[in-house]
Amino acid sequence: MKIVPLLLFSVLTVALVIILNSTLLLPAPLGKLLAPQSGIWQNADPADKNYSQNLSFSGLEGSVNVYFDDRLVPHVFAERENDAYFVQGYLHARFRLWQMEFQTYAAAGRLSELVGNKALSFDRDKRRLGMVFAAENSLKEVEKDAATLAECNQYTAGVNAYISSLKESSLPLEYKLMGYRPEKWTNLKTALFLKYMSLDLAGSEDDFEYTNAKSAFSTADFNKIYPVVMDSLDPIVPKGTVYPPPAIKVIPPPDADSLYFNSKDSNTIVEQKPDKDNGSNNWAVSGSKTKSGYPILCNDPHLGLNLPSLWYEMQISTPSYNVYGASFPGAPAVVIGFNDSCAFGFTNAMRDVRDYYEIKFRDDSRNEYWFNNEWKKTKFRIEHILVKGAPDFLDSVAYTDIGPVMYDKSFDGSRSTGKKYYAVRWKAHDPSNELKMFTLLDKAKNYDDYSAAIKHLLTPGQNCLFAAKNGDIAIWDQGEFPAKWKRQGDFVMPGTDSNYFWQGMIPQDENPHQINPERGFVSSANQLPADSAYPYYLGGSFPPYRAWEINKRLANMDNITPQDMMKLQTDNYNVFAEMAVPLLLKNIDVMKLDGEERIYYDSLKSWNYNNAVESKGATIFVITWDSLENNIWKDEFNKTGLDLKLPYESTLLENLIKDSAFSFVDNIKTPEKENLSDIATAVFKNLSSTFASLDKRDQLVWGKYKNTRIQHLTRINALSRLHLPIGGGTNTINATKAQHGPSWRMIVSLSPETQAWGVYPGGQDGNPGSKYYDDYVNTWVRGDYNILWVMKATDTNNQKIRWKISFNPVP
Amino acid sequence: MKFLISIVLIIVLSFCACLYFPWWSIAIVAFFVSAAIPQTSVVSFFSGFTALFLLWGIMSFWISTTNDDILAHRISLLIFQTDNAFLLIITTTVIGAVIAGLASLSASFLRAPVYRDA
Repeated sequence: MKIVPLLLFSVLTVALVIILNSTLLLPAPLGKLLAPQSGIWQNADPADKNYSQNLSFSGLEGSVNVYFDDRLVPHVFAERENDAYFVQGYLHARFRLWQMEFQTYAAAGRLSELVGNKALSFDRDKRRLGMVFAAENSLKEVEKDAATLAECNQYTAGVNAYISSLKESSLPLEYKLMGYRPEKWTNLKTALFLKYMSLDLAGSEDDFEYTNAKSAFSTADFNKIYPVVMDSLDPIVPKGTVYPPPAIKVIPPPDADSLYFNSKDSNTIVEQKPDKDNGSNNWAVSGSKTKSGYPILCNDPHLGLNLPSLWYEMQISTPSYNVYGASFPGAPAVVIGFNDSCAFGFTNAMRDVRDYYEIKFRDDSRNEYWFNNEWKKTKFRIEHILVKGAPDFLDSVAYTDIGPVMYDKSFDGSRSTGKKYYAVRWKAHDPSNELKMFTLLDKAKNYDDYSAAIKHLLTPGQNCLFAAKNGDIAIWDQGEFPAKWKRQGDFVMPGTDSNYFWQGMIPQDENPHQINPERGFVSSANQLPADSAYPYYLGGSFPPYRAWEINKRLANMDNITPQDMMKLQTDNYNVFAEMAVPLLLKNIDVMKLDGEERIYYDSLKSWNYNNAVESKGATIFVITWDSLENNIWKDEFNKTGLDLKLPYESTLLENLIKDSAFSFVDNIKTPEKENLSDIATAVFKNLSSTFASLDKRDQLVWGKYKNTRIQHLTRINALSRLHLPIGGGTNTINATKAQHGPSWRMIVSLSPETQAWGVYPGGQDGNPGSKYYDDYVNTWVRGDYNILWVMKATDTNNQKIRWKISFNPVP
Repeated sequence: MKFLISIVLIIVLSFCACLYFPWWSIAIVAFFVSAAIPQTSVVSFFSGFTALFLLWGIMSFWISTTNDDILAHRISLLIFQTDNAFLLIITTTVIGAVIAGLASLSASFLRAPVYRDA
């Protein structure tokens, strides 16, 4: 035996194994990852993979057959309804487990567990907002309802049935890359997922920024730059509608003028916010306007574009109902879709259901706070945050009767030096059971069923769209919304007096709605739901333009076909530009432009207002407008030294059109008094070198400049789809921006034999090693649709069917 | 002959071991096979090296080919910042080959090698 080389090479081998099995020296454990039998190669699904299987589970009562068509869409046929939820849970996990779990980690403020310190601020934000608190409240409500509880239990059992079947080798790719394993699914995780959507859709307001602006600007100026009602507006329920007197009369607190409206307090909170453009389009046209004589329903929710997609397409058929549409991996039921009688869809209601109150604590212990002239006790919730590669982080959050004290000395968005405390009152904390709505909609047969179903929607408020085969069309701006006095909650409110609380909830039957209107269509695109005749305060954060264009088009259409609706959903016409470009052209002084500047001016002038992929005019307009906005606002805004919200572009445009001497136009940093023409001309001259440099690199065309991409949830580029040549953008019906846009386009013709089309920018299989990972992306980019094939029980030999999974009870 | 038998044994046993144990069981397999079938150090190294070169090389190549290289494109971009499926396959192959080769080499020193005069 040669002891020296034996030891030497043995140690070398072991050392190499350790290095290749860890991230000590390498950025990734290459040996572990690349081992063909257990690593990432196991996620490389053969192009001709056979998905068929025979499975048995003790959780099932009857058998369930799942037929997969050529797009890997499952058509689930279950003898018993609850078995269908088990199978839905199993399928969601089978194809989307990693994303389901990751999203609930995000919702629960647990990302630090996976990625370490860099997510700590994100996690604390979610914890302190009370995301888990909200999910627990929601779960308690679910547990009170036997049917929803059974549905959730079966769904959870289905997810766990799949998780239990996983081996090291069959773990989804992302678990291997990030080096962790899935936990058991729970009903709480389903609740957390739904709160994740609530945060995305009802977790936005500008209370701190508005409070700052109120402290810095005169009331007249404030109302000019942050108006509550915009002019260029076509509300969901048309102007001129008469509303019955309100059941709830709200009264501003007696001291509101001094303590609230005229308070000049400011703050330095910087909130983490969802995308400001979370929004959507939906409309339904009645049979009187369609070629077939039957209603057509269309919906495209605009959300963050990610891979794997938020949506998973499926059909669920049981003896009691048959529904097809897009589901949320993470929750049971079909969310946007249609059944044999009707179709349903949603857009965000955009109402402000999150307000802040300034809390006065007795001392730093935060044990007592001053409220209604006495000291009241707080409760503490200790948030235990695990952090990868660092010690655990303990965060104690004080809970008042208003809600959790989200911001305090220890957490203030990382910039404040203030010593103030802010509690958050968020509607999503209130007990509710939104799943019940989806389940009931899936089974709805008529308008009455639909209107009963949507009563269960409290948060996030949505414009719930409906169309039925009997010809009914309807829309409800639905949810449970606080009845507020004018401007209540637009600013931080005093937290010492219950007079500042929400005084009640608007009775749901007083929510704006429209049923079978004369004009033959109902629609919404996140605009204000009703005009000023509506007896409750609605707030002022509603984009007006998409709705304006949609309504104009629908009003002028007749003999509508589904193909017309596809064209409308993917339309790139920028109606905001139609209003703003003439103003720019009028004010840019052509005489002051030199040769090259003149070329870009002419491009803008000859632009047809289409945000087409190859359009240079669209890019020139967007850059010019953004720069003009900055020029007009930034001098006054920067002077305040506060965090402020840039006013909406519609606000600026309306001010400029209405008031030729709009005071913000002048640059306060110069002694001269500039007018709009001076500013617009200077802005355009300044930008011409930007245009030229973009042009030289072939980046001036809109598609390249906008650079739409669909990123993997981890932001890993290699798993994303980048540089997609697609038009549209903000203020166009095809609201596709850089990383945000139509996440599920659906068109349903409610003819006797339902015809439906749909597409989402992703694919059915969440595995980046599958050809079904992103196979719809190109279809979506082209503006094409997949045919949504509703399978019948007798179609088992149809050539569209490629695979079958049989789920059977354990005998 | 011993060389070929070693290679075949390492291939078969490595494959079986990796069905149940972590990937680095290939090192243990190569070590014990080479301990059981003594060869000179150089030959021993190459029996382990060749066995895993063939096993992991063919497996990753085959998996990637039936996958139309979809995954290999993405992962090579992620790991090497370059879109090269072949690079990922060859990296896989070399990792397996070097680990098994070193393990076999180590085992060859368990017994005093018999040198023959030329």
